[in-house]
Amino acid sequence: MTAITHHAPDSLLAAYATGSLPHVYALVVASHISLCLECRAAYEAHEAGGGAVLETVAAETVSESLKSRTLSQLDAPFTPQPIYPRSGVFPGPVVEALKGRRPSWKSLGMGVRQCILFANRAGSVRLLSIPPGQAVPDHSHNGLELTLVLQGSFSDETGRFGVGDLEIADQDLAHSPMADPGLPCICLAATDAPLRFRSLIPRILQPLVRI
Amino acid sequence: ARKASPQTTWMLAVRDKRDRVAFEALFDHFAPRLKGFIMRSGTGSGQAEEIVQDVMLTVWRKAQQYDPARAQVSGWIYQIARNRQIDVIRKENRPLPEQMGEAPEIETDASLRLALEQETEQLKQALARLRPDQRAMIERAYMGELSHQEISSQTGLPLGTIKSRIRLGLERLRHELK
Ligand SMILES: [Zn+2]
Ligand SMILES: [Zn+2]
Repeated sequence: MTAITHHAPDSLLAAYATGSLPHVYALVVASHISLCLECRAAYEAHEAGGGAVLETVAAETVSESLKSRTLSQLDAPFTPQPIYPRSGVFPGPVVEALKGRRPSWKSLGMGVRQCILFANRAGSVRLLSIPPGQAVPDHSHNGLELTLVLQGSFSDETGRFGVGDLEIADQDLAHSPMADPGLPCICLAATDAPLRFRSLIPRILQPLVRI
Repeated sequence: ARKASPQTTWMLAVRDKRDRVAFEALFDHFAPRLKGFIMRSGTGSGQAEEIVQDVMLTVWRKAQQYDPARAQVSGWIYQIARNRQIDVIRKENRPLPEQMGEAPEIETDASLRLALEQETEQLKQALARLRPDQRAMIERAYMGELSHQEISSQTGLPLGTIKSRIRLGLERLRHELK
């Protein structure tokens, strides 16, 4: 595995650490941090920032019973949340989004496959698998697009992206990513709007395949 | 050398000895701050106390995950509190990074832990020295009230980059020690 060269900018890490990033992007950032010590360090710095704010904010008196209620719960049985470790090329947050199951791929044609992890009106996040030498469906963005490489690599007008690299694209970038030779390129991609593909799949089919 | 802060000492006693007296000390320190923090973003007193209770119970239950060489107690609890708020307000679980593997020989390295405490103390002092408007902006950011776009357009957020540099140095050091 080569070193990660494309990182999350500090504003994105800050938005993630402070919990203001929409869910679909938070999944990509959490996955990048899982693969990248450098961004983990910056993320933890922002947690320390949050801790400093917590320490210095004006305190509010708590009711007399809150402490006794809390202490009385210490021995109460509870179900710990399951921990999803990395599985193959998929970092823990992706495995969690898959609920521990293997991705169920849907063909988009030309050997391109996708697995939608989460989608609502605010955005979507999916896994994409692109065969080597194949272009990612030509598309434009309505808003912010985050793409994290999990296997193989792709290249576009802005550079080459290998495992762990995060590409940040917005509506100003019309790019034509192409999977490099080697393994199929598997990416985790989040957008705040349906991707508008210009070719490969006619626009009219988009609602059916939920691109 | 400086001794560990009381909060760290309490947290380690909770983690390693399940010490209830230490937990009460943590509660007395953090519960009123957590309530103030949560109410600042508009949550009522009653619901804020419910969140405080959940957060402090999580502190007790997940104490095993606390690593004093990587996080100050305040930062660790901040993250738990934000997760709980997002859970309650947005009805969604924030995706979290994978936990890093244990590094027991480094965990006991007091110099890393003390460096982290000093750094956090400097951070608090830096926060106190900010102009009121800058400080209010930082508080709003860490309360989750600024969007990604607002954070990226804010040149008045001086803490992030400075702190990430220092933290990065520590993290690298830790990595090299492995
Ligand atoms: Zn990174
Ligand atoms: Zn794109």
